[in-house]
Amino acid sequence: MPLVEMKRITKRFSGVVANSNVDFSVEYGEVHALLGENGAGKSTLMNILYGLYHPDSGEIYIDGVKRVFRSPSDAILSGVGMVHQHFMLVETQTVWENMILGMKMPFVLPKKQIIKKIAELSEKYNLKVNPLSNVWQLSIGEQQRAAVLQMLYRNAKVLILDEPTAVLTPQESKELFVTIRNMTALGHSVIFISHKMNEVMNETDRVTVLRKGETAGTVNTKSPDTSQELLSEMMMGRKVSFDINKPKRDLGKVVFDVNSICASNDRGGAALKNISFRIRKSEIFGVAGVAGNGQLELCEAIYGLRVAVSGYVKINEKDLTNASARALMDCGVHYIPADRRSTGMVTALDVKSNSILTDYWIPPISSGNSINWKEAGNQAKSIIEQFNVSTPSVNTAVKNLSGGNLQKLMLGRELSNSPEVLIVMHPTWGLDVSATRYIRERIISASETGTAVLLISEDIEELLALSDRLAIIFKGEFMGIIADPKSMPIEKIGLMMAGTHISEVL
Amino acid sequence: MLRVEKRIDASKWMNYVIPIASLFMALIGGAALLGTQGISPLDAYCRIIKAAFGGSYEFSETIVKATPIAISSFAVMLCFSMLIWNIGVEGQAFMGALAAVAAVRYCHSDNQFYMLCTAAAFAIMAGGLWAMIAGFLRSKWNVNEIISTLMLNYIAIRILEYFVYGPWRDPSSLGFPITTRFPPSARLPQLFGSRVHVGIILAVFLAFAAWYILSKTRLGYEIRVIGENPKAARYSGMSYMKNVLVVMFISGAIGGLTGMTEVTGLHGRLQASFAAKYGYTAIIVAWLSHLQPFVILLASVLFGALLVGGEALQIELGLTLSTVEILQGLVLFFVLGGDFFRNYRLKFTWRTDK
Amino acid sequence: MDTVSMILAAAVRSGTPILYATLGEILTEKVGILNLGLEGIMLMGAFSGFVVSLTSGNPWIGFAAAFIVGCLMGLIHAFLCISLNGNQVVCGLALTMFGTGLSSLLGRNYFGVAIQGLQNWNIPILSDIPIIGQVIFSQDALVYLSYILVAVMFFFLNSTRPGLNLRAVGDNPHAADAMGLPVVRIKYLYTVVGAGIVAVGGAYMSIVYNKFWAETMTAGRGWIAVAMVIFAIWNPIQAALGAYLFGGIEALQLRLQATGTSVPMAILLAMPYVITLFVLVVISIRKGNGIKAGAPASLGVPFYREERD
Repeated sequence: MPLVEMKRITKRFSGVVANSNVDFSVEYGEVHALLGENGAGKSTLMNILYGLYHPDSGEIYIDGVKRVFRSPSDAILSGVGMVHQHFMLVETQTVWENMILGMKMPFVLPKKQIIKKIAELSEKYNLKVNPLSNVWQLSIGEQQRAAVLQMLYRNAKVLILDEPTAVLTPQESKELFVTIRNMTALGHSVIFISHKMNEVMNETDRVTVLRKGETAGTVNTKSPDTSQELLSEMMMGRKVSFDINKPKRDLGKVVFDVNSICASNDRGGAALKNISFRIRKSEIFGVAGVAGNGQLELCEAIYGLRVAVSGYVKINEKDLTNASARALMDCGVHYIPADRRSTGMVTALDVKSNSILTDYWIPPISSGNSINWKEAGNQAKSIIEQFNVSTPSVNTAVKNLSGGNLQKLMLGRELSNSPEVLIVMHPTWGLDVSATRYIRERIISASETGTAVLLISEDIEELLALSDRLAIIFKGEFMGIIADPKSMPIEKIGLMMAGTHISEVL
Repeated sequence: MLRVEKRIDASKWMNYVIPIASLFMALIGGAALLGTQGISPLDAYCRIIKAAFGGSYEFSETIVKATPIAISSFAVMLCFSMLIWNIGVEGQAFMGALAAVAAVRYCHSDNQFYMLCTAAAFAIMAGGLWAMIAGFLRSKWNVNEIISTLMLNYIAIRILEYFVYGPWRDPSSLGFPITTRFPPSARLPQLFGSRVHVGIILAVFLAFAAWYILSKTRLGYEIRVIGENPKAARYSGMSYMKNVLVVMFISGAIGGLTGMTEVTGLHGRLQASFAAKYGYTAIIVAWLSHLQPFVILLASVLFGALLVGGEALQIELGLTLSTVEILQGLVLFFVLGGDFFRNYRLKFTWRTDK
Repeated sequence: MDTVSMILAAAVRSGTPILYATLGEILTEKVGILNLGLEGIMLMGAFSGFVVSLTSGNPWIGFAAAFIVGCLMGLIHAFLCISLNGNQVVCGLALTMFGTGLSSLLGRNYFGVAIQGLQNWNIPILSDIPIIGQVIFSQDALVYLSYILVAVMFFFLNSTRPGLNLRAVGDNPHAADAMGLPVVRIKYLYTVVGAGIVAVGGAYMSIVYNKFWAETMTAGRGWIAVAMVIFAIWNPIQAALGAYLFGGIEALQLRLQATGTSVPMAILLAMPYVITLFVLVVISIRKGNGIKAGAPASLGVPFYREERD
């Protein structure tokens, strides 16, 4: 009898099916991975197990007993705990206050006892965090440890970890996996949500693959038949080759010159330390790194959205350090941000309004102080045609477009201005395979026509497939720039992503 | 089991049905309350309608009340389009009225056109700059504009009181807090031989201007983008600060004109209580109208009618002037409730298990 | 009693209605709900408290009635803002209008009637302390109750389980939800109880402070309380200081009017608002620098669990 068993779970959001007849089970003491592409329904399924969402149909059994979870407190009482990707911690409160949130406690809080129990748990599971710190002052790694402790404090038998390594360095991830093994040795089961196949292969016992909201199957990772190829086939539904045709191009003169840029993050700490690079005409320059190592700050500092406290940015030898975003656009620098729904687009407005977002002040869209909406409509139509955007009309609100179409629309908008420099961050994050391929091809074809591309991504495959040169960023610093990324062993790139300088790697 | 789901696209007809239905529900609710007080609701409503629309004089009085409401509503609406809550139109109107009085006192001219233009210019500057304080605080340090404009209202009231109780008080007023009567050159022309003044033309003009600005101009496009998504606005190089300051200035200027038209068009002098909560009523009107300029005109007439009707109830039935505020409150309650059904769908599901 | 202690004692008395309203609003805002309807709630409290005191002859029953009426007003706000995700600003304004209008309509026949109210009760020994005794310990029972309420709320918010849960819901309802707290129920509870406390402040106006009922008698104190919450940085103890500061200015004003001094009162009267604006700016700057203090992070933001892009 498995510890957790979910049977024929179905869940819809406003008519969109997130889970359809999913079966899922976890044995005692195992590490069970839940693998799937973005949007495959992994988090939804786990939020159902945790009682946050209510399934439209299906049943949940814990220890063989059927349970209906009306809220997370029901799930917690049955021994299910979950650590979300964005930790569910109250930032303004201390760690110890967060520990006991929602638990049965005496009216007046027994602070000393709570802190003592936290100390014991920290010791037992080797999760170090200061119980008296305010959560907002902790590092991401510490916050994650606090979030895990929070669940252990509640005697969780099953611990769900939603993409826990996305915010960690490889070294921190390694520590996390030691902790996870520690927990299974002490009798807990761990569900591990991921879309990284190597982690799943190395660190888990079994894996259930979800594809478009349905179960694609469950396999034993230690079985000799299981391979990354098999898993990717299960995830995508067919064999996919990531090989992309990148023709040889002649690189021209230096277009984009960034020198010794320093900038602070939102909390006032140093986010960027002396970042320097040059990109030549037609070159694709990749930047790899674990999330949160200064990638966003780099884009913003270049693009006039964050103050660069020292250094310079030059486009075609013209100094544009700390120039406004608009000045950069007028000089042919265009930026495709990672969070397309919250930064790159105004999702409540229609396709037409969005297609002029980065050139509405330039004729013919702008005439005098007015906007020529007819011209805007034509521009939207031509982007839709050239970039295969599927939308009912130019008057459809952008929020109704799929992620892939949204990204095509945004890419089309920026490329239709034939930019000198294109800064693009996580261009294929969360997209399906065909859209991913399309976007990558368009980036390459843009570089063929002379655009210098700064490609920032967490997807190492993408970076290796597209980049001519590859920089690795760690804590706001370049660990080195690799001249020929394809010839570099991937382990060495991994070491650099963990903070080793290139000179020590070679 | 009852479940709530977000609607993907709100259906168009609900935009009209919900406000109208809310109005009816509010009238029914108000009737029930009046009924418990031994007042025949039918009688009371008839009196309101008669007092507001019963004849050309009655209707002109409704328009007199609707004028400042409409003008202030456009001030509120412009800010709302950018997701800025300008609760301070009331205070901006006070400052505008004060500036108009200052113009009359210190830049007097017998040329009516010149005098009125000077007064309007003073009012625009005073209201606009007053609102820009909140705009500046908002754009510079992200200071919550709801509270700051509210505080500025109270400060404006105190400043106004200082002048009408102090240096600007009419010596012959027997101690009443009012200023001396304006000379004829400082009176806004009245229309149709009634108390309706040129302010109504301003209101209609503003409706067209607001529609034009929001749907046709670059400023309007920027306002809408900032209102829907400030991050995207920043990304596209729009200056949040510049736009907030510009919009707050325009909004405050319109607020200032509300005050100026009221004192020069209607009262002919400044008194401490000249703008009976028009700034707050405007918030409701702008909200109810879903920021549609021409619906704002209509809703203003409706609220003007309620005010006129309230006066009738006071005189004829001995009720207090505030009684109509019950109706205003109820309308808002029902519209707020109705909006939920526009944005969300209720779904009933039956489960076999517990 | 010398003039200074008299003015200070009057400051405490005239600060008390604002203090109750501020404490109620702190409770509501701490749970993430902005209720701008204080003026209307206070008026309903003033009216119902007065009428019930008058008819029952017992001011305590009057205060209880005001509390219940306030709770009902809070329930309207809670239903529209929490269950129906209505806009909190608009709903608060609606509540103010509704309360102002309804109290005027229902109270129109009670105008000009006077009641006994509460007598001052000098606390033995403590009231003999010079100045402090007269200012703080020679007041009526509702003032003493407000002292207790300040202390209890401070302790409740910072050191108890329900207080912790309340703050968690106001700061991050999604985290609170994920930790199994009944977010909606908690929001309802404090929105309702907070409004009840606000109404007691209104009842203090009619039952104790003025001993009569008049329409719109709170004269903007509800709005002052909204500002006071920020002035106090959501801290009950600072709320008391702020309320008494405002009460002091009011007492001074009455005093100066009585003696006929013609100081530009407007400047004095505008001070609390100017100070509040200043405090608001300071808080905002600190927040911009990443320093988190007092202000509930989810204030005014509706909570809805099953939402996805």
